[in-house]
Amino acid sequence: MADKLHFDLVSPERRLFEGDVDMVVVPGEEGDFGVLPGHAPVMSAIRSGAISVHDGADIRRTFIHGGFAEVTPDGLTVLAEEAIDLASVDAAQVSKDLADAKEDIGLARDDRERAVAEARLAKYEALSEALNG
Amino acid sequence: MASLKDLRNRIASVKSTQKITKAMQMVAAAKLRRAQDAAEAAGPYAERMASVMANLSSSMKDSPGASPLLVGTGKTDTYLLLVMTADRGLCGGFNTNIARKARERINALQSEGKSVKIITVGKKGADQLKRLHSSLIVKTYDLSGGKTPGKEAALEFGAMVRDMFASGEFDVCELISSEFVSVISQKPRAQTLIPAVDAIDEKIARPDLQGAIYEYEPDEEEILNVLLPRYVDTVILSSLLENAAGEMGARMAAMDNATRNAGDLIDKLNLIYNRTRQAKITTELTEIISGAEAL
Repeated sequence: MADKLHFDLVSPERRLFEGDVDMVVVPGEEGDFGVLPGHAPVMSAIRSGAISVHDGADIRRTFIHGGFAEVTPDGLTVLAEEAIDLASVDAAQVSKDLADAKEDIGLARDDRERAVAEARLAKYEALSEALNG
Repeated sequence: MASLKDLRNRIASVKSTQKITKAMQMVAAAKLRRAQDAAEAAGPYAERMASVMANLSSSMKDSPGASPLLVGTGKTDTYLLLVMTADRGLCGGFNTNIARKARERINALQSEGKSVKIITVGKKGADQLKRLHSSLIVKTYDLSGGKTPGKEAALEFGAMVRDMFASGEFDVCELISSEFVSVISQKPRAQTLIPAVDAIDEKIARPDLQGAIYEYEPDEEEILNVLLPRYVDTVILSSLLENAAGEMGARMAAMDNATRNAGDLIDKLNLIYNRTRQAKITTELTEIISGAEAL
């Protein structure tokens, strides 16, 4: 068994991370789960939230919006619909976006617009939660 | 014989054409690099997505509740061809090759008695296909100018295709686009998009589980239901990106050729120009001498 976990984080636009780490905590659809080296094969949907990559004393957190995690004996692969490095997120901007999204729901003229606005609100709520968590 | 002035004008006009083709070539080369990077950056995601799909589909395709996106509607009566070309011409045979491939598919399917619907993405495809098959085209889309198409476009096309599928407008969807083999080589390609099970290549490497079996969270079916639409979007996105890179590669090669041809033409015209000028001088001299002799 390897001592390190091979971790791959890819989004449709680019590969965000590839390398060996100690542990990754993934926000699964049915609760967070930590993946250590030698984890049993799992395939899980991801809810919006922060994924924490632990390597030594270093913890890197990335916000994931929708996607999948796949654990194989070769390591962990996360297919993220959208990924934002939390270190680069501006908290003030997020709360502004959050307020905007709330406003948009009120302004929505039809169901389609409302659904779009609600999806945005959910995303920003999860993002601000991840920021504060 | 053309006069000296005409020749001068022609040389000047060919020279300015050469400047334009040279500039287009350099622009295409710069854009190519960006498009190629984008296509390559999307590679790992598409690859992983394909291998996850391969895994899931092999365990799901025989179950009765499997999504029609995966196993199909059970019929193959109506085909939807999603034809992806560029918005702009002047890129060699790029658009023509894709349109030809599309026409081949249309003819093959029609001779099998299937009905065909077409959606074109990119202006040039619509232009070339509407001459013969305008009755089959259900929708046409333009790409947003010269920009590299991104995720938004892919999501839009994906959602539209899935909506049409859900309302039973077609049974099988094929994607016709260009495969980016290398900078100088693009090959038109037809790939099946829906049902996904036909699209999944048996050759795709599947992870060796070393005897273990996957656990699914939530369950297999739910994961597959969320994954399938994304899979469709991913295939569309990577085709869009590959197409964009291919277009730039084709344009670069075509413009390089054009620049070289213009150079050859300028050389030839210069030769004619000099010869004509020399002939004119000789004629004048002969006239002067014979005039002087006559005195």
